[in-house]
Amino acid sequence: MRVVLAEDLFLLRDGLTRTLQDHGFEVVAAVDNGPALLKSLLEDAPDVAVVDIRLPPTFSDEGLQAALAARRIRPALPVLVLSQYVDQLYAHELLAGGEGAIGYLLKDRITHTTQFVDAVRTVAAGGTVMDPQVIARLLARSDARGTTAELTPRELDVLGLMAEGRSNAAVAGALFISESAVAKHTAAIFAKLRIEPSADDNRRVLAVLAYLKR
Amino acid sequence: MAGRGGTRPGIGGAPADIGRCQLLSLAAFAVAGAGALVIGALLLLPVGVGFLLLPPAATALRRMSDRYRDWAARWTGTVISPPRPLPPRPTPPDGGPAGRHRRALALLGDAGFWHDLRWAWAEPWTGALLAAVPLALVEYGIFGAAVQPFVWRLLGDGNWYAFVLVDSTPSMLGALALGLGFTAAGLRLAPVVLRLHARWSGRLLAAPYTTELVRRIEHLAGSRADVLDVQAAELRRIERDLHDGAQARLVSLGMTLDEATRLLDHDPPAARALLHEVRATAQRALQDLRDLVHGVLPPVLADRGLGDAVRSLALDSHLDVHVEAALPGRLPAPVESAGYFAVAELLANAAKHSGAPEVRIRLSHTDGLLRVTVADEGRGGADPDGSGLRGLRRRLEPFDGSFVLHSPRGGPTTATLEIPCASSSQKTSSSSGTG
Repeated sequence: MRVVLAEDLFLLRDGLTRTLQDHGFEVVAAVDNGPALLKSLLEDAPDVAVVDIRLPPTFSDEGLQAALAARRIRPALPVLVLSQYVDQLYAHELLAGGEGAIGYLLKDRITHTTQFVDAVRTVAAGGTVMDPQVIARLLARSDARGTTAELTPRELDVLGLMAEGRSNAAVAGALFISESAVAKHTAAIFAKLRIEPSADDNRRVLAVLAYLKR
Repeated sequence: MAGRGGTRPGIGGAPADIGRCQLLSLAAFAVAGAGALVIGALLLLPVGVGFLLLPPAATALRRMSDRYRDWAARWTGTVISPPRPLPPRPTPPDGGPAGRHRRALALLGDAGFWHDLRWAWAEPWTGALLAAVPLALVEYGIFGAAVQPFVWRLLGDGNWYAFVLVDSTPSMLGALALGLGFTAAGLRLAPVVLRLHARWSGRLLAAPYTTELVRRIEHLAGSRADVLDVQAAELRRIERDLHDGAQARLVSLGMTLDEATRLLDHDPPAARALLHEVRATAQRALQDLRDLVHGVLPPVLADRGLGDAVRSLALDSHLDVHVEAALPGRLPAPVESAGYFAVAELLANAAKHSGAPEVRIRLSHTDGLLRVTVADEGRGGADPDGSGLRGLRRRLEPFDGSFVLHSPRGGPTTATLEIPCASSSQKTSSSSGTG
């Protein structure tokens, strides 16, 4: 699988390259600034891009802007955005297209190699991955507004993990329950929140996120 | 200098303004009287009695001029900066003839006193005459329209009303129409004259330039001290947060690593457990640093500027927040920061106290003024002197910014803050978002 990597700190760029290579990815380009990233995204046609949000020359949200610009030209180009902090506004902008193949994670998550690599694979396969912090804030907001008041605590746990973009198997693993139990919870959640159930994992995640963002 | 956004002056319309003109023309006699008293006291200084008479006369005159300043502000919204207070009455130990002497001499050296006197001399035959113009028009108009029709027969020959010789019914009707015209003109003129009068009084009565400067310097010194206090407190908070947070976690991380190294050979499972702990601690340390950075300068504010930073706040709020931002490019960083934290405070207040489901935030920048409005339809009754809003006002002070809270019991609540500032570019970005 071909990856474009954008990260301006040499140590992190080096480490990420090695981690990705160790897990069978081919790093076709490792760039350290916004313009080079945009060029590489459009010319190298990678299967997935891993992008640090803050890049030279402006050291603001250069990486995010390059990713969004590239996706305007090539919709659903898979991009996983990494950041030192997560902001709801950026999460909204990344999800705005509604086509998936997008990820937004705190940089800390790369210390958990297997989860990080899973996230890269999910995004490459057209899935959606959102940082637990983004989801926690969305859930807190829904809770305060009472839009998830009908759910049991267990169902809320499942909803949160689902919104992060985890598969049924991953949710089951995280909560130490069986996959069929997860399926049952999921059905109950969709019925209570009146979300159209979908067999497609990514569609399901996007529907849940859309509900939480209301 | 007209007051901005305050109560609308001149309530009562033209008839009330005529009354005010009447008041001004009558009050001129009192002003002239007070002025004459002061001049009399001045003339009597050489024989000593003047020292006794001058302070009370000056105080009476100052009371008159204060009254006029108050009228100017209430009737036309013209703010006339008050002079320094007159030298105070001597306190008991100093109350003897020597003290009175010194007070009178201090009066003679006071610029505000001479300003008052100059005004007392000029007002009766400038301001008062000006105020008499609409008054005379209205009164003469009423005489023509309401009195002439009944008395023209009695007045006989040579009964002129303005340029109309009233000796027949048609000419009487002419006088009536003319009288109505005079009255209307007087009524129209009254507010204009009141404004002119206020401007003229401002010319004569405004505090001397040096007093204004002294006042400005005092204000700047005060707000500078506040800024330094706030800055010092902020640094202390950052130091404490680092010390109690990330720093402490890094120390514990080092200790745990040391322990894990020791266990590595003879108890690998325990060592592995400790290493997991190390990772968790490292993540918590990162979170601490993130929170700290967010409290100092939220990254979205640094990246995108005030408009998007407020949109980010809106998305995080539990309320439905509608943001309308029309800002030209970026504003100076300190202004963006002050605006951001003010909106955060107001939004938190709305979420906590208003009970409203919806908040509207408007950001605009026109004529070198950033204006932010946060409005909700909640229950109102917000306390403008609560600690949060007091802090907000204090943070706006160094910018010469203003904060106005309108929150009657029962709502709605509107908070408006304004900060004078230039923007870095003239490109206008405008869009809106919903949270």
